[in-house]
Amino acid sequence: MTTTATPRAQQGFVPTPRATLTPRAPVPAPTQRGAPAIDVRDFGFAYGKREVLKNLSFSIERKAVTAIIGPSGCGKSTFLRSINRLNDLIPGVKHRGDILVEGTSVFAPSTDLVALRQRVGMVFQRPNPFPKKIFDNVAYGPTLNRLVTRRDLPDLVERCLRQAALWDEVKDRLEESGTGLSGGQQQRLCIARALGNQPEVLLMDEPCSALDPIATQRVEELMFELKKDYTIVIVTHNMQQAARVSDYTGFFDRGELIEFDETERIFTKPKHERTEAYITGRFG
Amino acid sequence: MNRRTLRRAFSNLMVGLMMGAVVAALLPLIFILLNLVVKGAGSLSFAFFTQTPAPAGETGGGVVHAIAGTLMIVGMACLIGLPVGIAAGIYCAEYPTSRLTWVTRFVADVLNGTPSIVVGVFAWTWIVATQKHFSALAGSAALAMLMIPMVLRTTEELIKLVPNSLREAALALGYPRWRTSLGIVVRTTLPGIVTGSLLAVARIAGETAPLLFTALGSQYLSYNLNQPMAALPLTVFTYATGPYEEWHQNAWAAALVLILVVFVLSIGARLAIRRGFDLNG
Repeated sequence: MTTTATPRAQQGFVPTPRATLTPRAPVPAPTQRGAPAIDVRDFGFAYGKREVLKNLSFSIERKAVTAIIGPSGCGKSTFLRSINRLNDLIPGVKHRGDILVEGTSVFAPSTDLVALRQRVGMVFQRPNPFPKKIFDNVAYGPTLNRLVTRRDLPDLVERCLRQAALWDEVKDRLEESGTGLSGGQQQRLCIARALGNQPEVLLMDEPCSALDPIATQRVEELMFELKKDYTIVIVTHNMQQAARVSDYTGFFDRGELIEFDETERIFTKPKHERTEAYITGRFG
Repeated sequence: MNRRTLRRAFSNLMVGLMMGAVVAALLPLIFILLNLVVKGAGSLSFAFFTQTPAPAGETGGGVVHAIAGTLMIVGMACLIGLPVGIAAGIYCAEYPTSRLTWVTRFVADVLNGTPSIVVGVFAWTWIVATQKHFSALAGSAALAMLMIPMVLRTTEELIKLVPNSLREAALALGYPRWRTSLGIVVRTTLPGIVTGSLLAVARIAGETAPLLFTALGSQYLSYNLNQPMAALPLTVFTYATGPYEEWHQNAWAAALVLILVVFVLSIGARLAIRRGFDLNG
Protein backbone atom coordinates (compact mmCIF):
# COMPACT_ATOMS: atom_id res chain seq x y z
CA MET A 1 0.00 0.00 0.00
CA THR A 2 1.31 3.45 -0.83
CA THR A 3 1.68 5.79 2.07
CA THR A 4 1.38 9.39 1.00
CA ALA A 5 2.32 12.27 3.25
CA THR A 6 -0.87 12.15 5.25
CA PRO A 7 -0.70 13.89 8.62
CA ARG A 8 -0.78 12.28 12.07
CA ALA A 9 -2.54 8.96 12.64
CA GLN A 10 -3.87 8.85 9.11
CA GLN A 11 -0.94 6.74 7.92
CA GLY A 12 -1.96 3.97 5.63
CA PHE A 13 -5.47 5.26 4.97
CA VAL A 14 -6.56 5.76 1.42
CA PRO A 15 -9.76 7.51 0.30
CA THR A 16 -12.48 4.98 -0.52
CA PRO A 17 -12.57 4.88 -4.31
CA ARG A 18 -15.61 5.91 -6.24
CA ALA A 19 -16.60 2.62 -7.78
CA THR A 20 -18.27 2.34 -11.12
CA LEU A 21 -21.98 1.68 -11.07
CA THR A 22 -23.05 -0.44 -13.98
CA PRO A 23 -26.15 -2.54 -13.44
CA ARG A 24 -25.25 -5.20 -15.97
CA ALA A 25 -21.79 -6.19 -14.78
CA PRO A 26 -20.96 -9.87 -15.06
CA VAL A 27 -21.68 -11.93 -11.97
CA PRO A 28 -18.37 -12.83 -10.29
CA ALA A 29 -16.90 -16.29 -10.34
CA PRO A 30 -18.61 -18.96 -8.23
CA THR A 31 -17.75 -19.60 -4.65
CA GLN A 32 -14.23 -20.73 -3.92
CA ARG A 33 -14.49 -23.72 -1.67
CA GLY A 34 -12.08 -23.90 1.23
CA ALA A 35 -11.59 -20.17 1.66
CA PRO A 36 -13.75 -18.41 4.27
CA ALA A 37 -16.89 -16.64 3.07
CA ILE A 38 -15.68 -13.28 4.33
CA ASP A 39 -12.05 -12.60 4.97
CA VAL A 40 -11.23 -9.42 6.88
CA ARG A 41 -7.61 -8.43 6.37
CA ASP A 42 -6.07 -5.77 8.56
CA PHE A 43 -9.14 -3.65 8.01
CA GLY A 44 -9.39 -0.14 9.41
CA PHE A 45 -12.02 2.51 8.85
CA ALA A 46 -12.27 6.21 9.61
CA TYR A 47 -14.88 8.93 9.33
CA GLY A 48 -12.61 11.82 8.49
CA LYS A 49 -10.11 11.88 11.33
CA ARG A 50 -12.17 9.74 13.65
CA GLU A 51 -10.84 6.21 13.46
CA VAL A 52 -13.68 3.83 14.26
CA LEU A 53 -12.23 0.47 13.25
CA LYS A 54 -8.64 -0.57 13.85
CA ASN A 55 -6.73 -3.45 12.34
CA LEU A 56 -9.48 -6.02 12.18
CA SER A 57 -8.34 -9.42 10.97
CA PHE A 58 -10.60 -12.41 11.14
CA SER A 59 -12.56 -14.79 8.94
CA ILE A 60 -16.27 -15.46 8.77
CA GLU A 61 -17.43 -18.99 8.17
CA ARG A 62 -19.62 -19.90 5.23
CA LYS A 63 -23.24 -20.98 5.87
CA ALA A 64 -23.12 -20.13 9.54
CA VAL A 65 -24.40 -17.29 11.69
CA THR A 66 -21.72 -14.96 12.99
CA ALA A 67 -22.77 -12.46 15.62
CA ILE A 68 -20.97 -9.20 16.28
CA ILE A 69 -21.51 -7.88 19.79
CA GLY A 70 -20.10 -4.96 21.71
CA PRO A 71 -21.04 -1.75 23.49
CA SER A 72 -22.66 1.13 21.62
CA GLY A 73 -20.29 3.03 19.38
CA CYS A 74 -17.77 0.21 19.18
CA GLY A 75 -17.98 0.10 15.39
CA LYS A 76 -20.22 -2.95 14.94
CA SER A 77 -22.56 -1.31 12.46
CA THR A 78 -19.71 0.45 10.68
CA PHE A 79 -18.06 -2.91 10.17
CA LEU A 80 -21.26 -4.45 8.84
CA ARG A 81 -21.86 -1.55 6.51
CA SER A 82 -18.30 -1.82 5.24
CA ILE A 83 -18.96 -5.29 3.88
CA ASN A 84 -21.43 -3.95 1.32
CA ARG A 85 -19.83 -0.49 1.30
CA LEU A 86 -22.96 1.32 2.36
CA ASN A 87 -20.72 3.70 4.29
CA ASP A 88 -19.63 5.19 0.98
CA LEU A 89 -22.62 7.52 1.23
CA ILE A 90 -20.94 9.44 4.02
CA PRO A 91 -18.47 12.01 2.74
CA GLY A 92 -14.87 11.75 3.90
CA VAL A 93 -14.75 8.05 4.75
CA LYS A 94 -11.38 6.32 4.54
CA HIS A 95 -10.34 2.74 4.87
CA ARG A 96 -7.23 0.61 5.22
CA GLY A 97 -6.68 -3.03 4.42
CA ASP A 98 -9.43 -4.94 2.70
CA ILE A 99 -12.38 -7.26 3.10
CA LEU A 100 -12.75 -10.21 0.75
CA VAL A 101 -16.22 -11.58 0.08
CA GLU A 102 -15.94 -15.04 -1.46
CA GLY A 103 -12.45 -14.23 -2.59
CA THR A 104 -13.30 -10.89 -4.22
CA SER A 105 -12.04 -7.61 -2.83
CA VAL A 106 -14.73 -5.25 -1.59
CA PHE A 107 -12.56 -2.15 -1.71
CA ALA A 108 -10.62 -2.61 -4.93
CA PRO A 109 -11.19 0.31 -7.31
CA SER A 110 -12.46 -2.14 -9.91
CA THR A 111 -15.21 -3.41 -7.60
CA ASP A 112 -18.65 -3.05 -9.07
CA LEU A 113 -20.87 -1.85 -6.24
CA VAL A 114 -24.04 -3.07 -7.91
CA ALA A 115 -22.66 -6.58 -8.28
CA LEU A 116 -21.26 -6.50 -4.75
CA ARG A 117 -24.55 -5.47 -3.23
CA GLN A 118 -26.40 -8.10 -5.20
CA ARG A 119 -24.17 -10.75 -3.59
CA VAL A 120 -24.30 -9.18 -0.13
CA GLY A 121 -27.86 -8.54 1.01
CA MET A 122 -28.74 -6.39 3.99
CA VAL A 123 -31.53 -6.20 6.55
CA PHE A 124 -31.74 -3.04 8.61
CA GLN A 125 -32.56 -2.17 12.18
CA ARG A 126 -35.92 -0.65 11.39
CA PRO A 127 -38.12 -2.39 8.83
CA ASN A 128 -37.91 -0.25 5.69
CA PRO A 129 -40.12 -1.76 2.99
CA PHE A 130 -40.59 0.36 -0.12
CA PRO A 131 -43.99 2.05 -0.28
CA LYS A 132 -44.85 -0.28 -3.13
CA LYS A 133 -46.75 -3.50 -3.58
CA ILE A 134 -45.59 -6.46 -1.51
CA PHE A 135 -44.82 -8.32 -4.73
CA ASP A 136 -42.74 -5.46 -6.11
CA ASN A 137 -40.79 -5.14 -2.88
CA VAL A 138 -39.39 -8.61 -3.45
CA ALA A 139 -39.27 -8.38 -7.24
CA TYR A 140 -37.28 -5.13 -7.45
CA GLY A 141 -33.85 -6.57 -6.71
CA PRO A 142 -34.00 -9.50 -9.13
CA THR A 143 -35.55 -7.30 -11.82
CA LEU A 144 -32.84 -4.70 -11.44
CA ASN A 145 -30.05 -7.24 -11.50
CA ARG A 146 -31.70 -9.27 -14.28
CA LEU A 147 -31.49 -12.48 -12.30
CA VAL A 148 -34.65 -14.03 -13.68
CA THR A 149 -36.92 -13.65 -16.67
CA ARG A 150 -40.23 -11.89 -16.24
CA ARG A 151 -41.98 -15.26 -16.52
CA ASP A 152 -40.07 -16.79 -13.62
CA LEU A 153 -40.47 -13.74 -11.40
CA PRO A 154 -43.67 -14.84 -9.59
CA ASP A 155 -42.02 -18.15 -8.67
CA LEU A 156 -38.97 -16.42 -7.28
CA VAL A 157 -41.10 -13.98 -5.27
CA GLU A 158 -43.09 -16.86 -3.83
CA ARG A 159 -39.95 -18.79 -2.95
CA CYS A 160 -38.41 -15.80 -1.18
CA LEU A 161 -41.59 -15.03 0.74
CA ARG A 162 -41.78 -18.67 1.79
CA GLN A 163 -38.16 -18.64 2.89
CA ALA A 164 -38.92 -15.56 4.93
CA ALA A 165 -41.91 -17.37 6.47
CA LEU A 166 -44.24 -14.67 5.25
CA TRP A 167 -45.96 -16.33 2.29
CA ASP A 168 -48.99 -17.68 4.11
CA GLU A 169 -49.74 -14.30 5.62
CA VAL A 170 -49.46 -12.27 2.42
CA LYS A 171 -50.27 -14.62 -0.46
CA ASP A 172 -53.72 -13.07 -0.89
CA ARG A 173 -52.55 -9.48 -0.66
CA LEU A 174 -49.45 -9.32 -2.85
CA GLU A 175 -50.91 -6.27 -4.59
CA GLU A 176 -51.23 -4.30 -1.36
CA SER A 177 -48.62 -1.90 -0.08
CA GLY A 178 -45.73 -3.30 1.92
CA THR A 179 -46.08 -0.45 4.39
CA GLY A 180 -49.51 -1.75 5.47
CA LEU A 181 -48.03 -4.80 7.18
CA SER A 182 -47.26 -5.08 10.88
CA GLY A 183 -43.72 -4.32 12.07
CA GLY A 184 -42.72 -7.97 12.31
CA GLN A 185 -44.20 -8.75 8.92
CA GLN A 186 -42.44 -5.75 7.42
CA GLN A 187 -39.11 -6.99 8.72
CA ARG A 188 -39.71 -10.42 7.24
CA LEU A 189 -40.69 -8.70 3.98
CA CYS A 190 -37.35 -6.90 4.10
CA ILE A 191 -35.63 -10.24 4.57
CA ALA A 192 -37.55 -11.66 1.61
CA ARG A 193 -36.54 -8.58 -0.38
CA ALA A 194 -32.88 -9.21 0.43
CA LEU A 195 -33.28 -12.89 -0.51
CA GLY A 196 -34.82 -11.86 -3.83
CA ASN A 197 -31.37 -10.82 -4.99
CA GLN A 198 -30.18 -14.39 -4.40
CA PRO A 199 -27.26 -13.20 -2.29
CA GLU A 200 -24.44 -15.27 -0.86
CA VAL A 201 -24.14 -13.23 2.30
CA LEU A 202 -26.87 -11.70 4.43
CA LEU A 203 -25.97 -8.80 6.73
CA MET A 204 -28.38 -8.06 9.54
CA ASP A 205 -28.00 -4.84 11.50
CA GLU A 206 -29.90 -5.38 14.76
CA PRO A 207 -32.81 -6.86 12.83
CA CYS A 208 -34.97 -7.44 15.89
CA SER A 209 -34.44 -4.32 17.95
CA ALA A 210 -37.65 -2.74 16.67
CA LEU A 211 -39.71 -5.92 17.00
CA ASP A 212 -41.79 -7.41 19.79
CA PRO A 213 -40.70 -10.72 21.41
CA ILE A 214 -42.93 -12.90 19.24
CA ALA A 215 -41.78 -11.30 16.00
CA THR A 216 -38.21 -11.53 17.29
CA GLN A 217 -38.61 -15.23 17.86
CA ARG A 218 -39.92 -15.71 14.33
CA VAL A 219 -36.97 -13.85 12.82
CA GLU A 220 -34.55 -15.89 14.93
CA GLU A 221 -36.14 -19.16 13.81
CA LEU A 222 -35.86 -17.82 10.30
CA MET A 223 -32.14 -17.23 10.66
CA PHE A 224 -31.76 -20.80 11.76
CA GLU A 225 -33.39 -21.90 8.51
CA LEU A 226 -31.54 -19.41 6.34
CA LYS A 227 -28.07 -20.38 7.45
CA LYS A 228 -28.47 -23.60 5.50
CA ASP A 229 -28.15 -21.52 2.34
CA TYR A 230 -26.60 -18.24 3.34
CA THR A 231 -23.68 -16.83 5.26
CA ILE A 232 -25.23 -14.58 7.90
CA VAL A 233 -23.55 -11.80 9.83
CA ILE A 234 -25.69 -10.22 12.52
CA VAL A 235 -24.99 -7.20 14.68
CA THR A 236 -26.91 -7.32 17.92
CA HIS A 237 -27.14 -5.53 21.23
CA ASN A 238 -28.92 -8.45 22.73
CA MET A 239 -26.45 -10.98 24.11
CA GLN A 240 -29.09 -13.64 24.66
CA GLN A 241 -29.90 -13.32 21.00
CA ALA A 242 -26.27 -13.72 20.00
CA ALA A 243 -26.04 -16.79 22.21
CA ARG A 244 -29.24 -18.24 20.77
CA VAL A 245 -28.75 -17.73 17.06
CA SER A 246 -25.06 -17.59 16.30
CA ASP A 247 -22.37 -20.17 15.72
CA TYR A 248 -19.51 -17.70 16.02
CA THR A 249 -19.29 -14.48 17.96
CA GLY A 250 -16.96 -11.52 17.66
CA PHE A 251 -16.67 -9.06 20.51
CA PHE A 252 -15.84 -5.50 19.43
CA ASP A 253 -14.76 -2.75 21.75
CA ARG A 254 -13.63 0.75 20.74
CA GLY A 255 -13.09 -0.29 17.17
CA GLU A 256 -11.01 -3.30 17.99
CA LEU A 257 -11.81 -6.96 17.79
CA ILE A 258 -11.18 -8.15 21.32
CA GLU A 259 -12.13 -11.75 20.85
CA PHE A 260 -13.51 -13.98 18.13
CA ASP A 261 -14.46 -17.57 18.75
CA GLU A 262 -17.23 -20.12 18.69
CA THR A 263 -20.26 -18.65 20.39
CA GLU A 264 -20.34 -21.30 23.04
CA ARG A 265 -16.79 -20.61 24.08
CA ILE A 266 -17.25 -16.85 24.13
CA PHE A 267 -20.20 -17.18 26.45
CA THR A 268 -18.86 -19.94 28.68
CA LYS A 269 -15.13 -19.35 28.96
CA PRO A 270 -14.10 -16.08 27.35
CA LYS A 271 -10.35 -15.55 27.15
CA HIS A 272 -10.37 -11.82 27.70
CA GLU A 273 -11.37 -10.00 30.79
CA ARG A 274 -13.23 -7.30 28.82
CA THR A 275 -15.31 -9.90 27.00
CA GLU A 276 -16.28 -11.46 30.25
CA ALA A 277 -17.10 -8.12 31.79
CA TYR A 278 -19.32 -7.26 28.84
CA ILE A 279 -21.22 -10.51 28.60
CA THR A 280 -21.82 -10.65 32.31
CA GLY A 281 -23.19 -7.13 32.11
CA ARG A 282 -20.53 -5.37 34.11
CA PHE A 283 -20.05 -2.70 31.45
CA GLY A 284 -21.44 -1.61 28.10
CA MET B 1 -62.31 27.81 42.37
CA ASN B 2 -60.15 24.77 42.59
CA ARG B 3 -57.31 23.93 40.23
CA ARG B 4 -59.40 21.68 38.07
CA THR B 5 -62.10 24.19 37.18
CA LEU B 6 -59.39 26.76 36.57
CA ARG B 7 -57.55 24.44 34.23
CA ARG B 8 -60.73 23.64 32.40
CA ALA B 9 -61.68 27.27 32.04
CA PHE B 10 -58.23 28.06 30.67
CA SER B 11 -58.52 25.19 28.19
CA ASN B 12 -61.91 26.44 27.00
CA LEU B 13 -60.56 29.95 26.66
CA MET B 14 -57.66 28.76 24.48
CA VAL B 15 -59.90 26.60 22.29
CA GLY B 16 -62.23 29.57 21.94
CA LEU B 17 -59.37 31.83 20.90
CA MET B 18 -58.18 29.37 18.29
CA MET B 19 -61.65 28.95 16.89
CA GLY B 20 -61.84 32.72 16.69
CA ALA B 21 -58.62 32.73 14.69
CA VAL B 22 -59.99 30.12 12.30
CA VAL B 23 -63.14 32.18 11.76
CA ALA B 24 -61.06 35.32 11.25
CA ALA B 25 -59.04 33.50 8.61
CA LEU B 26 -62.05 32.06 6.85
CA LEU B 27 -64.32 35.12 6.93
CA PRO B 28 -62.56 37.16 4.25
CA LEU B 29 -62.43 34.10 2.00
CA ILE B 30 -66.12 33.42 2.39
CA PHE B 31 -66.89 37.09 1.93
CA ILE B 32 -64.90 37.24 -1.30
CA LEU B 33 -66.56 34.12 -2.67
CA LEU B 34 -70.05 35.27 -1.70
CA ASN B 35 -69.45 38.71 -3.14
CA LEU B 36 -68.22 37.22 -6.41
CA VAL B 37 -71.19 34.88 -6.64
CA VAL B 38 -73.71 37.61 -5.84
CA LYS B 39 -72.26 40.13 -8.26
CA GLY B 40 -70.96 37.78 -10.94
CA ALA B 41 -73.27 34.79 -11.11
CA GLY B 42 -76.03 36.92 -12.66
CA SER B 43 -73.92 37.54 -15.76
CA LEU B 44 -72.92 33.94 -16.21
CA SER B 45 -74.65 32.33 -19.15
CA PHE B 46 -73.88 29.78 -21.79
CA ALA B 47 -72.83 32.61 -24.07
CA PHE B 48 -70.40 33.89 -21.45
CA PHE B 49 -68.38 30.69 -21.78
CA THR B 50 -68.65 30.33 -25.56
CA GLN B 51 -68.58 33.79 -27.12
CA THR B 52 -65.95 36.44 -27.59
CA PRO B 53 -66.67 39.93 -26.23
CA ALA B 54 -69.38 42.06 -27.76
CA PRO B 55 -68.29 45.45 -29.12
CA ALA B 56 -68.05 48.15 -26.48
CA GLY B 57 -71.40 49.47 -25.31
CA GLU B 58 -73.40 46.46 -26.51
CA THR B 59 -74.69 43.78 -24.18
CA GLY B 60 -74.02 40.06 -24.45
CA GLY B 61 -70.79 38.43 -25.47
CA GLY B 62 -68.48 36.28 -23.38
CA VAL B 63 -64.94 35.64 -22.25
CA VAL B 64 -64.09 32.40 -24.04
CA HIS B 65 -61.01 34.13 -25.45
CA ALA B 66 -59.75 34.79 -21.93
CA ILE B 67 -60.53 31.30 -20.65
CA ALA B 68 -58.70 29.74 -23.60
CA GLY B 69 -55.88 32.25 -23.19
CA THR B 70 -55.42 31.53 -19.50
CA LEU B 71 -55.40 27.79 -20.12
CA MET B 72 -52.84 28.14 -22.91
CA ILE B 73 -50.55 30.61 -21.15
CA VAL B 74 -50.63 28.70 -17.86
CA GLY B 75 -50.26 25.37 -19.66
CA MET B 76 -47.21 26.65 -21.51
CA ALA B 77 -45.79 28.05 -18.26
CA CYS B 78 -46.20 24.59 -16.71
CA LEU B 79 -44.39 22.96 -19.62
CA ILE B 80 -41.43 25.27 -19.04
CA GLY B 81 -41.56 25.68 -15.28
CA LEU B 82 -42.51 22.29 -13.86
CA PRO B 83 -39.71 20.18 -15.39
CA VAL B 84 -37.07 22.75 -14.52
CA GLY B 85 -38.41 23.36 -11.02
CA ILE B 86 -38.89 19.70 -10.14
CA ALA B 87 -35.56 18.58 -11.60
CA ALA B 88 -33.69 21.38 -9.83
CA GLY B 89 -35.51 20.52 -6.61
CA ILE B 90 -34.45 16.89 -6.89
CA TYR B 91 -30.86 17.97 -7.49
CA CYS B 92 -30.84 20.25 -4.46
CA ALA B 93 -32.27 17.54 -2.22
CA GLU B 94 -30.00 14.78 -3.46
CA TYR B 95 -26.78 16.79 -3.48
CA PRO B 96 -27.22 19.00 -0.43
CA THR B 97 -23.51 19.65 0.02
CA SER B 98 -22.81 20.81 -3.51
CA ARG B 99 -21.96 24.48 -4.00
CA LEU B 100 -24.43 24.65 -6.87
CA THR B 101 -27.18 23.63 -4.45
CA TRP B 102 -26.32 26.44 -2.10
CA VAL B 103 -26.43 28.97 -4.94
CA THR B 104 -29.66 27.52 -6.39
CA ARG B 105 -31.38 27.56 -3.02
CA PHE B 106 -30.33 31.14 -2.38
CA VAL B 107 -31.47 32.32 -5.81
CA ALA B 108 -34.76 30.46 -5.45
CA ASP B 109 -35.43 32.09 -2.10
CA VAL B 110 -34.70 35.52 -3.52
CA LEU B 111 -36.90 34.85 -6.55
CA ASN B 112 -39.68 33.57 -4.31
CA GLY B 113 -39.77 36.94 -2.63
CA THR B 114 -39.54 38.98 -5.82
CA PRO B 115 -42.74 40.90 -6.62
CA SER B 116 -44.36 39.47 -9.72
CA ILE B 117 -44.40 42.84 -11.41
CA VAL B 118 -40.60 42.84 -11.38
CA VAL B 119 -40.63 39.50 -13.16
CA GLY B 120 -43.07 41.02 -15.64
CA VAL B 121 -40.77 43.96 -16.35
CA PHE B 122 -37.88 41.53 -16.70
CA ALA B 123 -39.77 39.45 -19.25
CA TRP B 124 -40.73 42.63 -21.07
CA THR B 125 -37.11 43.76 -21.30
CA TRP B 126 -35.69 40.49 -22.49
CA ILE B 127 -38.47 38.99 -24.58
CA VAL B 128 -41.05 41.60 -25.56
CA ALA B 129 -38.58 44.42 -26.19
CA THR B 130 -36.18 42.24 -28.18
CA GLN B 131 -38.97 40.65 -30.22
CA LYS B 132 -40.58 44.05 -30.57
CA HIS B 133 -44.08 42.68 -29.98
CA PHE B 134 -46.15 41.37 -27.08
CA SER B 135 -46.75 37.65 -26.99
CA ALA B 136 -48.44 34.94 -24.95
CA LEU B 137 -45.15 33.07 -24.90
CA ALA B 138 -43.47 35.95 -23.08
CA GLY B 139 -46.31 35.74 -20.55
CA SER B 140 -45.74 32.01 -20.11
CA ALA B 141 -42.03 32.62 -19.62
CA ALA B 142 -42.74 35.21 -16.93
CA LEU B 143 -45.19 32.90 -15.16
CA ALA B 144 -42.73 30.00 -15.42
CA MET B 145 -40.13 32.16 -13.73
CA LEU B 146 -42.52 32.68 -10.85
CA MET B 147 -43.28 29.00 -10.75
CA ILE B 148 -39.77 27.56 -10.76
CA PRO B 149 -38.63 28.73 -7.32
CA MET B 150 -41.93 27.69 -5.73
CA VAL B 151 -41.87 24.22 -7.25
CA LEU B 152 -38.15 23.86 -6.59
CA ARG B 153 -38.41 24.57 -2.90
CA THR B 154 -41.48 22.37 -2.31
CA THR B 155 -39.91 19.48 -4.22
CA GLU B 156 -36.68 19.84 -2.27
CA GLU B 157 -38.38 20.00 1.12
CA LEU B 158 -40.57 17.01 0.30
CA ILE B 159 -37.69 14.85 -0.88
CA LYS B 160 -35.77 15.70 2.27
CA LEU B 161 -38.63 14.17 4.23
CA VAL B 162 -38.01 10.75 2.69
CA PRO B 163 -36.35 8.69 5.43
CA ASN B 164 -32.74 7.84 4.76
CA SER B 165 -33.48 4.21 5.59
CA LEU B 166 -35.50 3.92 2.38
CA ARG B 167 -32.58 5.21 0.36
CA GLU B 168 -30.23 2.77 2.05
CA ALA B 169 -32.65 -0.10 1.40
CA ALA B 170 -32.52 0.61 -2.32
CA LEU B 171 -28.76 1.08 -2.40
CA ALA B 172 -28.24 -2.14 -0.44
CA LEU B 173 -30.20 -3.98 -3.13
CA GLY B 174 -27.70 -2.75 -5.68
CA TYR B 175 -29.64 0.22 -7.03
CA PRO B 176 -27.37 2.76 -8.66
CA ARG B 177 -27.62 6.19 -7.13
CA TRP B 178 -29.71 7.73 -9.93
CA ARG B 179 -32.20 4.89 -9.87
CA THR B 180 -32.52 5.17 -6.12
CA SER B 181 -33.28 8.86 -6.50
CA LEU B 182 -35.80 8.54 -9.30
CA GLY B 183 -37.28 5.10 -8.67
CA ILE B 184 -37.62 5.17 -4.91
CA VAL B 185 -37.17 8.63 -3.48
CA VAL B 186 -39.05 10.63 -6.11
CA ARG B 187 -41.74 7.98 -6.54
CA THR B 188 -42.42 8.12 -2.84
CA THR B 189 -42.80 11.89 -2.88
CA LEU B 190 -44.73 12.09 -6.15
CA PRO B 191 -48.14 12.86 -4.61
CA GLY B 192 -46.58 15.69 -2.64
CA ILE B 193 -44.76 17.03 -5.68
CA VAL B 194 -48.02 17.01 -7.66
CA THR B 195 -49.79 18.89 -4.88
CA GLY B 196 -46.97 21.42 -4.68
CA SER B 197 -47.06 21.92 -8.44
CA LEU B 198 -50.81 22.45 -8.28
CA LEU B 199 -50.49 25.11 -5.63
CA ALA B 200 -47.95 26.84 -7.87
CA VAL B 201 -50.32 26.59 -10.85
CA ALA B 202 -53.18 27.99 -8.80
CA ARG B 203 -51.01 30.89 -7.72
CA ILE B 204 -49.73 31.87 -11.16
CA ALA B 205 -53.13 31.42 -12.82
CA GLY B 206 -54.28 34.56 -11.03
CA GLU B 207 -51.16 36.64 -11.69
CA THR B 208 -51.99 39.85 -13.51
CA ALA B 209 -48.95 42.10 -13.30
CA PRO B 210 -46.50 39.96 -15.31
CA LEU B 211 -49.09 39.44 -18.04
CA LEU B 212 -49.73 43.17 -18.41
CA PHE B 213 -46.20 43.55 -19.71
CA THR B 214 -46.11 40.42 -21.82
CA ALA B 215 -49.33 38.82 -23.06
CA LEU B 216 -50.95 42.27 -23.03
CA GLY B 217 -54.50 41.00 -23.62
CA SER B 218 -56.71 40.86 -26.64
CA GLN B 219 -60.38 41.06 -27.64
CA TYR B 220 -60.22 38.05 -29.91
CA LEU B 221 -59.94 34.31 -29.54
CA SER B 222 -56.40 33.48 -30.58
CA TYR B 223 -54.35 30.32 -30.59
CA ASN B 224 -51.11 31.88 -31.70
CA LEU B 225 -48.71 31.84 -28.77
CA ASN B 226 -46.47 34.32 -30.54
CA GLN B 227 -49.18 37.00 -30.52
CA PRO B 228 -50.80 38.98 -27.73
CA MET B 229 -53.42 36.88 -25.99
CA ALA B 230 -56.24 37.44 -23.54
CA ALA B 231 -56.18 35.93 -20.07
CA LEU B 232 -58.79 35.96 -17.32
CA PRO B 233 -56.87 38.20 -14.88
CA LEU B 234 -56.21 40.67 -17.71
CA THR B 235 -59.87 40.63 -18.70
CA VAL B 236 -60.91 41.27 -15.13
CA PHE B 237 -58.48 44.18 -15.03
CA THR B 238 -59.66 45.66 -18.35
CA TYR B 239 -63.35 45.27 -17.62
CA ALA B 240 -63.14 46.48 -14.05
CA THR B 241 -61.30 49.67 -15.04
CA GLY B 242 -63.49 50.28 -18.10
CA PRO B 243 -66.21 52.95 -18.30
CA TYR B 244 -69.29 50.77 -18.97
CA GLU B 245 -71.64 49.18 -16.47
CA GLU B 246 -71.79 45.94 -18.55
CA TRP B 247 -68.04 45.72 -18.36
CA HIS B 248 -68.11 45.97 -14.60
CA GLN B 249 -70.68 43.18 -14.55
CA ASN B 250 -68.47 41.09 -16.79
CA ALA B 251 -65.42 41.77 -14.61
CA TRP B 252 -67.22 40.22 -11.63
CA ALA B 253 -68.30 37.27 -13.70
CA ALA B 254 -64.81 36.78 -15.16
CA ALA B 255 -63.31 36.87 -11.66
CA LEU B 256 -65.78 34.20 -10.60
CA VAL B 257 -64.80 32.10 -13.63
CA LEU B 258 -61.11 32.50 -12.76
CA ILE B 259 -61.74 31.20 -9.27
CA LEU B 260 -63.81 28.35 -10.64
CA VAL B 261 -61.06 27.36 -13.09
CA VAL B 262 -58.46 27.21 -10.31
CA PHE B 263 -60.94 25.37 -8.10
CA VAL B 264 -61.74 22.74 -10.73
CA LEU B 265 -58.05 22.30 -11.53
CA SER B 266 -57.06 21.61 -7.94
CA ILE B 267 -59.97 19.34 -7.14
CA GLY B 268 -59.56 17.36 -10.35
CA ALA B 269 -55.85 16.84 -9.84
CA ARG B 270 -56.32 15.96 -6.20
CA LEU B 271 -58.79 13.24 -7.15
CA ALA B 272 -56.40 11.98 -9.81
CA ILE B 273 -53.59 11.72 -7.27
CA ARG B 274 -55.76 9.92 -4.77
CA ARG B 275 -56.73 7.35 -7.36
CA GLY B 276 -53.33 7.00 -8.99
CA PHE B 277 -51.10 6.82 -5.93
CA ASP B 278 -53.19 4.95 -3.44
CA LEU B 279 -50.22 2.74 -2.69
CA ASN B 280 -47.99 5.58 -1.74
CA GLY B 281 -50.56 7.27 0.48
